[in-house]
Amino acid sequence: MSAQAQQSGGRSGTAAPAAIELRGISKAFGPVQANKNINLRVEKGTIHGIIGENGAGKSTLMSILYGFYKPDSGEILVNGLPLTITDSQTAIKAGIGMVFQHFKLVQNFTVLENIILGVEDGRLLRPSLAKARGVLKQLAEEYQLNVDPDETIEELSVGHQQRVEILKALYRQADILILDEPTGVLTPAEADHLFRILEGLRAEGKTIILITHKLREIMEITDNVSVMRRGEMVASVKTAETSPEELAELMVGRKVLLNVEKTPAQPGAAILEVRDLKLVDDEGVERLRGISFDIRAGEILGIAGVSGNGQTQLLELLGGYPEKGSKVSGSVRMNGEELDLTGTRSDAAIRRARGIGHVPEDRQVEGLIMDFTAWENVAFGYHHAPEFNKGWLMDNAAIREDAEAKIKRFDVRPPNANLAARNFSGGNQQKIVVAREIERNPDLLLIGQPTRGVDIGAIEFIHKRIVELRDAGKAVLLVSVELDEILSLSDRIAVMFDGRIMGERLPGETTTGELGLLMAGITDTENTPDSAGIPPDLKHVEDLPGGQP
Amino acid sequence: MEKMPKWADVILTPLISLLLAAAISALVILAIGESPWLALKTMIEGSLGSSYGWGFTLYYTTNFIFTGLAVMVAYHASLFNIGGEGQAAMGGLGVALVLLYLPLPHWLIALPVAMIGAAAFGAAWAFIPAWLQAKRGSHIVITTIMFNFIAAAALNYVLVNVLRPVGSMDPASARFPESTHLPSLSDMALAFGMEWGKNTPVNVTFFVAIGACLLVWLLIWRTRLGYEIRAFGKSEPGALYAGISPVRITIIAMLISGGLAGLMAINNVMGEAERLVLNAVEGAGFIGIAVALMGRNHPLGVFLAALLFGFLYQGGGELALWTSIPRELIVVIQALVILFTGALDNMVRMPLERLFLSMRKRGGA
Repeated sequence: MSAQAQQSGGRSGTAAPAAIELRGISKAFGPVQANKNINLRVEKGTIHGIIGENGAGKSTLMSILYGFYKPDSGEILVNGLPLTITDSQTAIKAGIGMVFQHFKLVQNFTVLENIILGVEDGRLLRPSLAKARGVLKQLAEEYQLNVDPDETIEELSVGHQQRVEILKALYRQADILILDEPTGVLTPAEADHLFRILEGLRAEGKTIILITHKLREIMEITDNVSVMRRGEMVASVKTAETSPEELAELMVGRKVLLNVEKTPAQPGAAILEVRDLKLVDDEGVERLRGISFDIRAGEILGIAGVSGNGQTQLLELLGGYPEKGSKVSGSVRMNGEELDLTGTRSDAAIRRARGIGHVPEDRQVEGLIMDFTAWENVAFGYHHAPEFNKGWLMDNAAIREDAEAKIKRFDVRPPNANLAARNFSGGNQQKIVVAREIERNPDLLLIGQPTRGVDIGAIEFIHKRIVELRDAGKAVLLVSVELDEILSLSDRIAVMFDGRIMGERLPGETTTGELGLLMAGITDTENTPDSAGIPPDLKHVEDLPGGQP
Repeated sequence: MEKMPKWADVILTPLISLLLAAAISALVILAIGESPWLALKTMIEGSLGSSYGWGFTLYYTTNFIFTGLAVMVAYHASLFNIGGEGQAAMGGLGVALVLLYLPLPHWLIALPVAMIGAAAFGAAWAFIPAWLQAKRGSHIVITTIMFNFIAAAALNYVLVNVLRPVGSMDPASARFPESTHLPSLSDMALAFGMEWGKNTPVNVTFFVAIGACLLVWLLIWRTRLGYEIRAFGKSEPGALYAGISPVRITIIAMLISGGLAGLMAINNVMGEAERLVLNAVEGAGFIGIAVALMGRNHPLGVFLAALLFGFLYQGGGELALWTSIPRELIVVIQALVILFTGALDNMVRMPLERLFLSMRKRGGA
């Protein structure tokens, strides 16, 4: 198989058999039709993007290709030959490699050990390791895939861990590489580096399937793109002949506004004043190292940064539930009144009473109780509110009525308040949380990763609601790892790195490049209130989860 | 999308599990050379065939309702309270102290006062593990099970050294005053001119147990506290986000749980023995775990499961009395029921789910 692929460096359009061809693939889970009669042709030596909303069936399709699911009907051709893929071993033998969104690496094994795991030759490890070391060196030179083979996985940055996953696939002689949402965890610089690697692989004749929901990536790197919607393949086009707007429309099935329409902010008085906020967690790690900022009424402050740089701690602290055992200092004033940060006299309920709404970063673990119905979740956090209670008992009828109204206004689908939260799609779950928090009309809305795992249609809707809240004279603190989101929503942008705010920028006067540098901890030279006095401490760059050495 | 209809989940699954347990029990009885048919007949006749049998069955049922509810409430807060045995034993001490040392002229007054004593002692016994869990992170399964042993030892000491009447050789308290004796159901039936369940221990506590089922249902599904307990039980980070204090919920849920377990003493100590004896709980605290599991942590389910275990208990006793099936085998049968309805639940559930899915598919196509 591999010999066949290596000899062809051909681009799409040649008469050679496709690397992968799917004919009429269908797959149903119970009553849910995840894939309907899918036809797909991936040409050899190309980068082929597959794009679609959550639940469109992309992952199911790739799982079929990798042997995790058996299709109900249809056939798969690899390099022109029909192949029944019963398990991942068959897929690997056919030269298909998969890089999952969540890496499948043994954290305390070295790179080398991870790479040979499952493909050791013989009972003794030493010969396999020696062989792998040689192959790895060669691969690293060929594709700029440099990783120290003797480093343990937990010591590596996320970007490097991903390289190990790619190396694993290449070591198993994959000619067809499937990458599932590969850039979700990377900094812009790391993503760029990944794309250079992918281009190098393409130049060597490898075929790459890139699953993503980011239109920019599709436009930047793919040769062809296929769009999925509700289990069907709705289009396959050459990337050069399409536009992001067209792709978005194909994905959602209607016209979508990619950029948020908003008028310039009209900031009023300061709602939230944060001064020199510090937090040391129970392991003694400084998570916040002196954060100061203001948010005024009618203003969205966006906090950009690679995840894990203190944003979560900031949101939790402001939301009233810092991690157990953490020590906090500094001051936070809300509407001019000091908030209790010690945690003894305050919790999330008291913050809500103060007019702070909170859409948490992780809606499935915090924002919703997944086993509760939608209507029960609408009262979550507000279950003491007088309108939801009648004397000793909760007024379930009133909660249900409120939930149904919210479901209607926020177009939650299916519009069934009795359904458990876990049975809604990611976007609709988020709509439930956003509806609950925004419709309380908070003075300050904390919102973390508002559109993570949310489909394009719902993103547009949620962005509009956030801007509406701002226009109603409320303050919004937006934390997101999506730079596009930060750039299009924020009125001001603060970049967080290693528990500090590295600098503030205005969205119209900055670039992703500049923000990317700040996110990597490269202190700006301009004088901003927060970065002043901090020496350009470049040592930290290497310590960082997303840092580039 | 639900995998199978609710009735199949709630009724069909436990029913099939039960039949499987019965079938294997039958094989075991066959293997020792006895007739399973005769055994079944003896069990049913002895526990359900007469008002006498029912009187005992319902007495055991009452015990199991309380301990089952206790496990259930804690379970909703995601706390596995294995300490029902010790909490019920302590509840007995509470009842004994109240009835022996307070002047209580009539059972109608004695009952609520004794209930307070029972619940308070049971709750207090659950408080220590709860506090250790909430504040120190000591695992509640470990601490509650250890507290069972401590309770047994403490009760032993109190009965031998403190409550034992002078001159008595029996490690038991004095008899409770006549005025505090609870009316048995047979007394109550007699008041209506009916002969029912003569000389059986089932008493007015049975109705208290049914009331407790209703109150627990209200608590869990209709009050703010119940909402907070369930939310905390499903997700602790979620509870923190919503401003629900894990410490508070852990302690309150365990207090309620321990209180319910303690209330069992109204039935066995106040209603039946009318004095405190050693090992009064007789394992009902542990049966409560199986009852809550089988009852799907719902009060109605707990009631039905308690009834089933009441039947097994009484039927098992009859079996030992009238057949040559050894007493140990009855424990085996009870264990099989617990095994199939509790631990091996998924063994029955998963094939059933597949069956329903394929049926729906065929129906829908």
